[in-house]
Amino acid sequence: MKHQEKESAALRKNIGDMWSLVQSQLVLAGEALFSVNKDQATEVITREKRVNAFELLVESDCENYIALFNPVAIDLRLMLSLLKINTNLERIADFAEGIARYVMAFEKPAIDPELLLKLRLHSMYDEMLEMFNLTRLSLDREDSRLAGSIFAKDDVLDEINKAATPILADHIRNHPDQVMECLYLLSIIRKIERVGDHCNNIAEEIVFYLDAKILKHAGTAAREAFWRGEDAGVTNCRILREDSDTPVPPES
Amino acid sequence: MSKLAAKDIHFYYGDFEALKGITMEMTAHTVTAFIGPSGCGKSTFLRLFNRMNDLVDGSRMTGLLSMDGEDIYARNIQVDELRKKVGMVFQRPNPFPKSIFENVAYGLRVNGVKDSGFIASRVEASLRAAALWDEVKDKLRQSAFSLSGGQQQRLCIARALAIEPSVVLMDEPASALDPISTAKIEELIFELKKDYTIVIVTHNMQQAARVSDKTAFFYLGELIEYDDTKKIFLNPRVEATQNYITGRFG
Repeated sequence: MKHQEKESAALRKNIGDMWSLVQSQLVLAGEALFSVNKDQATEVITREKRVNAFELLVESDCENYIALFNPVAIDLRLMLSLLKINTNLERIADFAEGIARYVMAFEKPAIDPELLLKLRLHSMYDEMLEMFNLTRLSLDREDSRLAGSIFAKDDVLDEINKAATPILADHIRNHPDQVMECLYLLSIIRKIERVGDHCNNIAEEIVFYLDAKILKHAGTAAREAFWRGEDAGVTNCRILREDSDTPVPPES
Repeated sequence: MSKLAAKDIHFYYGDFEALKGITMEMTAHTVTAFIGPSGCGKSTFLRLFNRMNDLVDGSRMTGLLSMDGEDIYARNIQVDELRKKVGMVFQRPNPFPKSIFENVAYGLRVNGVKDSGFIASRVEASLRAAALWDEVKDKLRQSAFSLSGGQQQRLCIARALAIEPSVVLMDEPASALDPISTAKIEELIFELKKDYTIVIVTHNMQQAARVSDKTAFFYLGELIEYDDTKKIFLNPRVEATQNYITGRFG
């Protein structure tokens, strides 16, 4: 293995370790949530600092790699993608910590199981965890189609998130003593939905790295077309010249 | 219309086929970089544009090579006239054992220019264009060898510019220079493309990425990929190009 490849492998190992840590944060935050376990919630909050340290480490690894090896083509795309994936992972860990903090704030020993069922919170959490696991798997396998499959799963999160407000409003009307819990649950649902968005961002970065295709801001139809193996509406990463395809920033 | 065009160029050193059917076009006022491993034919191809390979024993070429639509290998083409239009800068600075002034004036004098006022103004203009004037204006009569390597290379560029070519060919012009001199040459290339069409052979990938508008990747005498430089260095179409520019080749 060449020196440059060793450095790249070391960097990927670091971000892989960060991925594992963030995954365990999400799992633990979920366990803490569904059992209102404050010890587990405390552990999530304590470990958040390790995620922050990983973020700085991976960022510095990427900077060093770019400075020392002047990567181009697929190597450059990998570095650009890892920098953004790194930021997204750190944000996801912030949401895990946020969920844990709400668990700490719960006053009652358990959440109304009937309400959880109505909200489909277990399903939402499982779907989010599966999305997150798929991001890791897509990069490990270098499989951009697998990364593309993540986008469809986000629709489920969006749908559950959308349905949550009227369900909780109704519950508050019938159980005015549970206002605070309901508000906490709404915030938690929003955080889970945001984790899904960050998983989407990571999937976009993996597709950029592997296929040099830009799915960001491409719209649902283009993303679905990409997943079906069609290129409709997906921008190839290419030189954008002044006289042809220069992207124009939206007018403020 | 393209400034330079090659159509199905084959070039042979004896029985060895150094170029295998190269077809490409270069637009005026652009910088085109030729990259590829040693022996891939990029320098051979560059030299065809001012017919420097004519002097190589046993060499022959087929195909059409044109500048401004005119076949530069046509029988009626005068090679010395062609070379006035197509200047060349080599890997190592090669100033003549003359003064700084006379190095730049040399091309004009051998072309029969005698007007000393005209020569002086052209020397100054060429040295300014080569970003060297401010450094040498007070020592024009000193030997060219008194200059640093980077200054000597810019002097050679000034010498090439003095006869007002429209194309400048550069064969690894900065490979023997330190980073500061290299940066000056690269900055100069960027400035010169306003007035000239530049073709540069380089082994330095980052240099190709920095200075050129288009990049051509050669391998074993074939043109493997030719595209916008940003495309080549971010998302090359051909795997061999990616393997070469990322250092995975071979």
